[in-house]
Amino acid sequence: MKIKGKTWKFGNDVDTDAIIPARYLNTIDPAALASHCMEDADPQFASKVRPGDIIAAGKNFGCGSSREHAPISIKAAGIGCVIAQSFARIFYRNALNMGLPILECPEGADRIQTGDELEIDLDSGLIENLTRGEKYTAQPIPPFMQKLIKAGGLMEYVKEQVSGQQ
Amino acid sequence: MHKTMSEKILADHAGKPEVFPDELVEVQVDFALGNDITAPLAIEAFRRSGAKKVFDRDRVCLVPDHFVPNKDIASAVQARMLRDFAKEFDLRYYFEVGRMGVEHALLPEQGLVLPGDVVIGADSHTCTYGALGAFATGVGSTDLAAAMITGKVWFKTPHSLKFIYHGKLRPWVGGKDIILYTIGRIGVDGARYRAMEFEGEVIDSLPMSDRFSMCNMAIEAGAKVGLIAPDATTEQYVNGRAKRGYKFYRSDPGATYEAVHEWNLSNLEPVVALPHSPQNVMQVTEIPETPIDQVVIGSCTNGRLEDLRLAAQVLKGKKVARGVRCLVIPATQLVYMEAMEEGLLEIFIEAEAAVSTPTCGPCLGGHMGILAPGESAVATTNRNFVGRMGHVDSKVYLSNPAVAAASAVLGRIAHPEEVLS
Repeated sequence: MKIKGKTWKFGNDVDTDAIIPARYLNTIDPAALASHCMEDADPQFASKVRPGDIIAAGKNFGCGSSREHAPISIKAAGIGCVIAQSFARIFYRNALNMGLPILECPEGADRIQTGDELEIDLDSGLIENLTRGEKYTAQPIPPFMQKLIKAGGLMEYVKEQVSGQQ
Repeated sequence: MHKTMSEKILADHAGKPEVFPDELVEVQVDFALGNDITAPLAIEAFRRSGAKKVFDRDRVCLVPDHFVPNKDIASAVQARMLRDFAKEFDLRYYFEVGRMGVEHALLPEQGLVLPGDVVIGADSHTCTYGALGAFATGVGSTDLAAAMITGKVWFKTPHSLKFIYHGKLRPWVGGKDIILYTIGRIGVDGARYRAMEFEGEVIDSLPMSDRFSMCNMAIEAGAKVGLIAPDATTEQYVNGRAKRGYKFYRSDPGATYEAVHEWNLSNLEPVVALPHSPQNVMQVTEIPETPIDQVVIGSCTNGRLEDLRLAAQVLKGKKVARGVRCLVIPATQLVYMEAMEEGLLEIFIEAEAAVSTPTCGPCLGGHMGILAPGESAVATTNRNFVGRMGHVDSKVYLSNPAVAAASAVLGRIAHPEEVLS
């Protein structure tokens, strides 16, 4: 699967309160959550972002709370992929459970800047920076996680077990 | 093989003789919980899956605590989803307003999470129960939904980091200060994906309330779990509360650690985390004059009876400074009752602090104490991210309850001794 889009760059330790502030957690509606995506890091983000755009960030992206609303809001805002030096562990799990593609790529996360046009091959983890004429390789997604993704996410995997029981 | 506590607990719950760091394991869950923010997504996922029952009605727990008592209509709708689900699936442990408390204070207090357990919660501060020697960690709503159905969860076995604390703590220094100091040393991703183990003579003499405060904030260093080996203090706490059997696990001498940190804390003064990161710490004596607008004493980090006692020691016979709001939020109904019986609530009210029913409320900028642009708060909570307690241009300083109380009296960040001398 390939993703092509323009990048929005953020720094280190982007926390889930920045991704979706708790004051908006009185809803689970993806569109409502998307309209406040990244609001406390960049108040105009939700109005600027276009479908297929990409977020790049430094280390420990998604630190803080366990709110699944964070990857939901990013995905519903139209973001095709998040590239970071590293991810906080709960966010990493949640993103994969939600079907939001994420890639760990220290080199790419460092070089990529806001506005760069990227083409990403999720299967190989190859990131092509069309603006700078550079290529980076992301850490491959672990085989177990790939299995979950191929099953269509954790709940699909569980559903198979549920239908087996009943 | 010599094993860590984490490896032993995971191996036993996976039905394996041993597990190794980085090994993926599917484990039995002893207890699974969600709150009024995270459970609605889990309930939706549960219903979409077609599941007809939860794996065990005694082991799936819902605690509405974040935006309750309902702060607005949307929150009321979310809280009702929990109530309806609990009724439909006959959950034994659903805690309605009036019976509830802040989840991570409530569940240990009620003996529902126990030493040796694997606990998952759709709340990042689920790691609090590591203070009992449980492998307890926060997950998202979908992971919770899956566990509610199957009673299982998958984990990557974490590498462990050991933290050994030597010396004797000064007055007014406790678990909150130790964990803030630790996060200051290793950073907010210093334990990312790792199990933190806390030990040493400082930990040995630490009461359970302080141990909970420490393990509560392991997530603030990025950790999967924060663990303290159970001992006589643990046994004394658990004995008489436990609703199930429990088991003490200890790491073997010779177990493998990715790193071992050893620090002497004898000279440590109370620690404050400055905006906007828990790693941005200073000892209170080093902080330049910092006026404040609000103080919050409560939360899953510091809303226990022992915390309120510390605050009351400082506030007794004093008044909250003009221009400052001081909010005291007992973490559970039982804490509230005991604080009343001990006369602590009287001390707070006479000091002109506001005392509220249990709620997470202001900690995450939900309700019950939101900050205006430009305002600053000292809070005994766990996060001081941008906008955490209100407006994006407000600030949160994290401290222990005695420092928070002293700051309320003086209207600026203060050492308790400045009030009591």
